[in-house]
Amino acid sequence: MNAMSAFTGVGPLVRFVLRRDRVYLPVWVLSLVVLTYVSAAAVRRTYDTPVEIASYAVNMGTSPASIAMGGPPVALREIGGILIYETSLTVLLGVALMAVFTVVRHTRKEEDAGRVELLGSTVVSPHAVITAAVLVAAGASVLVGAGVTWSFLVEQQPVRESVLFGAAVAAMGIVFTGVGACAAQVMSHGRGAVGLSLAFLGVAFGLRAIGDVGENAWSWLSPMGWSQQVRVYDDNRWWPLALSLVLTAALLVGTVLFEGRRDLGAGIVPSRPGPPSAGRTLAGVVGLAWRLQRGAVVGWVVGIWSMGLLLGSFSESIQNMIEDNPTLAEYLQRAGVTNIVDSFFATSLLLLGIGASGFAVASALRTRSEESAGRVEPLLATGVSRARWLFGTLLVTLGGTTLVVASGGLGVGMSYALTTGRSSEMWRMTGYALVYLPAVLLLAALVVLLVGWLPRASGAVWVAVALCFVVGWLGSLLELPQWAADLSPFTHVPAVPAVPADDLALGPVLTMLALAVAALAAGWVGFRRRDIG
Amino acid sequence: MSTAISISGLVKTFGTTVALDGLDLEVRTGEVHGFLGPNGSGKSTTIRILLGLLRADRGQVTLLGGDPWREAAALHRRLAYVPGEVALWPNLTGGEVIDLLARLRGGIDHRRRDDLLERFDLDPTKRTRSYSKGNRQKVALVAALASDVELLLLDEPTSGLDPIMEAAFQGCIGEERSRGRTVLLSSHILAEAEALSDRVSIIRAGRVVQSGTLSELRHLTRTTVVVSTERPPDLIGRVPGVAHVVHEDGRVSFDVDTDHLDDAMDYLAPLKITSLVSHPPTLEELFLRQFGEQVPTEETVG
Repeated sequence: MNAMSAFTGVGPLVRFVLRRDRVYLPVWVLSLVVLTYVSAAAVRRTYDTPVEIASYAVNMGTSPASIAMGGPPVALREIGGILIYETSLTVLLGVALMAVFTVVRHTRKEEDAGRVELLGSTVVSPHAVITAAVLVAAGASVLVGAGVTWSFLVEQQPVRESVLFGAAVAAMGIVFTGVGACAAQVMSHGRGAVGLSLAFLGVAFGLRAIGDVGENAWSWLSPMGWSQQVRVYDDNRWWPLALSLVLTAALLVGTVLFEGRRDLGAGIVPSRPGPPSAGRTLAGVVGLAWRLQRGAVVGWVVGIWSMGLLLGSFSESIQNMIEDNPTLAEYLQRAGVTNIVDSFFATSLLLLGIGASGFAVASALRTRSEESAGRVEPLLATGVSRARWLFGTLLVTLGGTTLVVASGGLGVGMSYALTTGRSSEMWRMTGYALVYLPAVLLLAALVVLLVGWLPRASGAVWVAVALCFVVGWLGSLLELPQWAADLSPFTHVPAVPAVPADDLALGPVLTMLALAVAALAAGWVGFRRRDIG
Repeated sequence: MSTAISISGLVKTFGTTVALDGLDLEVRTGEVHGFLGPNGSGKSTTIRILLGLLRADRGQVTLLGGDPWREAAALHRRLAYVPGEVALWPNLTGGEVIDLLARLRGGIDHRRRDDLLERFDLDPTKRTRSYSKGNRQKVALVAALASDVELLLLDEPTSGLDPIMEAAFQGCIGEERSRGRTVLLSSHILAEAEALSDRVSIIRAGRVVQSGTLSELRHLTRTTVVVSTERPPDLIGRVPGVAHVVHEDGRVSFDVDTDHLDDAMDYLAPLKITSLVSHPPTLEELFLRQFGEQVPTEETVG
């Protein structure tokens, strides 16, 4: 009887979650599977001779930067190993993000919106809401894993290896389902729960990057590491995934304990009393927007800066690698790469710029989320005009984005300055990073355009961010047609510092700035004449 | 200026749904105007057009002598608004929100703020995340009432308040009226509108179907009479304007159109009245009559 009642209401809730996510989840699962399939097909096309496969093992398998991104270099002398090395970063991070967003979306965010109360008053067991969300997110992770297995089978990979890699992907999603569920109990609101989970993901990524590059045990501290330590095509071992399941079980036990110990609407971290009256800075639209977003700004600045620091730290080993490996140097020279370190920096700054657009788009979307939460109405009912509200809020987006973009360059530059002893590198790299700012701002301006004319569709800009990532990170591998690559504004940014700064073509950058201003203005025209709410 | 709000022929549609269908409304300066109607009748839409948040499809709207769409921000400095569904920033405290909204409106009376916090028994140091619906409403009420404005637009402001806070609210509105402020009070709590309003407008399906003082409105409807007489009033049902006659234990109860109250009394008086209770229609009955439903009388119950 007790066992039965613990799950009362879970079935209907699962159906309810699936009904609400009937677009959201299929888009996540299909994107990840299709991306894996397309990358795998492209890899097979690209490396179709033994010579090419052999040179891949030498070039990529020894590059610390590529190990930091792609994972431990396992079995790179066969095509299967290359497939995994090329696809695992995207699909592992993707499945983790999907799991976190899905769980938090149906637990803490629902609670924030006061809807859990409504559900809780119907015939459901105390843990039914979280159980349903966990089941759905874990189920979606398994589907992604199955899709990955399928795309490997289609590429004529052996069954055992394909299934193991799929299982490793699913395990990553399942662990982060647990992380999201637990974070949703610890933090007292949805945004905080997502933030904590992403911080955990960042740490997991960082630990295994350090461990894989240094070939030491650090990787074993990371759940992302466990999904890579199965060593497909080499040892083919299943047991590291047991660690994933044990951690998930622990997280879920924690979730249930935490949930039993807190009140609806509160977190385990209690909210302390705050100031009884507003400080001097909380006086206008800008003050309010800053207050609402300062946590996000600080988080993103620290995150992107650490990422930059990590990437910058590989520059020295890249230099050493070239010096130790004349064949590689020759190969690169033939490929037209004059300065390997500078091209590495250019790629790093590109990735950091695309990363920073995550902040820019999220911040610009605050204009929409504040509106749909009904929090714009009371402001516009005061002496605040629509113009002041929109542009005041976006001023924080502009300032925050500038800081986040600059912090990536600063991080790269600081690492480089430490290895070279030239402190000027810090400012040089920060300046180079800012070359990407107009492209990032263009994405934020697209949000404003949609908020003005098609507010319900404004979240679609995330698709554009994903596209920029695919073009920037996988573009050359996928052999995308030029017009597709041209869709990403980042394609048009001069690849500083690989392109010498003195003949820096500022034309495209200024065009992007002009486009951003135009999108902003067009968005404003729509916003000033439409209904609010 | 004698008119604070003047609306005529207001039309607003959302897709195929007609929210307002030729609404007329006049609120005089200095009055408390009850704006009554069932859920979904268009009360909030009207108020949101008055605030320039929604754009009218057709019709004339004048607010404090200006155009609420074109001059929104300037007009808003002279009014305060309490939404029906108060959404606040979860990580700000109640006190911060009150100060912020008042500052954006152009200033706050600190003594009045503290006084209101006490009267509404609101803790300003709590994050609004942890507030109940009633407490969120109190935040919006304190912010509105502590501002020095001419007009208060209140959209079902007490739907989350308990009876004690409801009484505090009524006291505050009385004070506002005596200061000469104009109040538009949308509500479906009839007793509240009855206790506070100088005039009321009843809205149904996007149109104002009745407007006037309470006594004017009562005039349009029936008085309920319960009477005992020495000789049975068998023919009371034939008196013009009388309806819903119920005979019970030697008493008879009936409704009579206010215009025909005379005729009923003329008929009853010769039958020797031993007791008589009459009460004017409550707003409840007005309301239900307006919306075509039967007022539950003894006839329908028993």
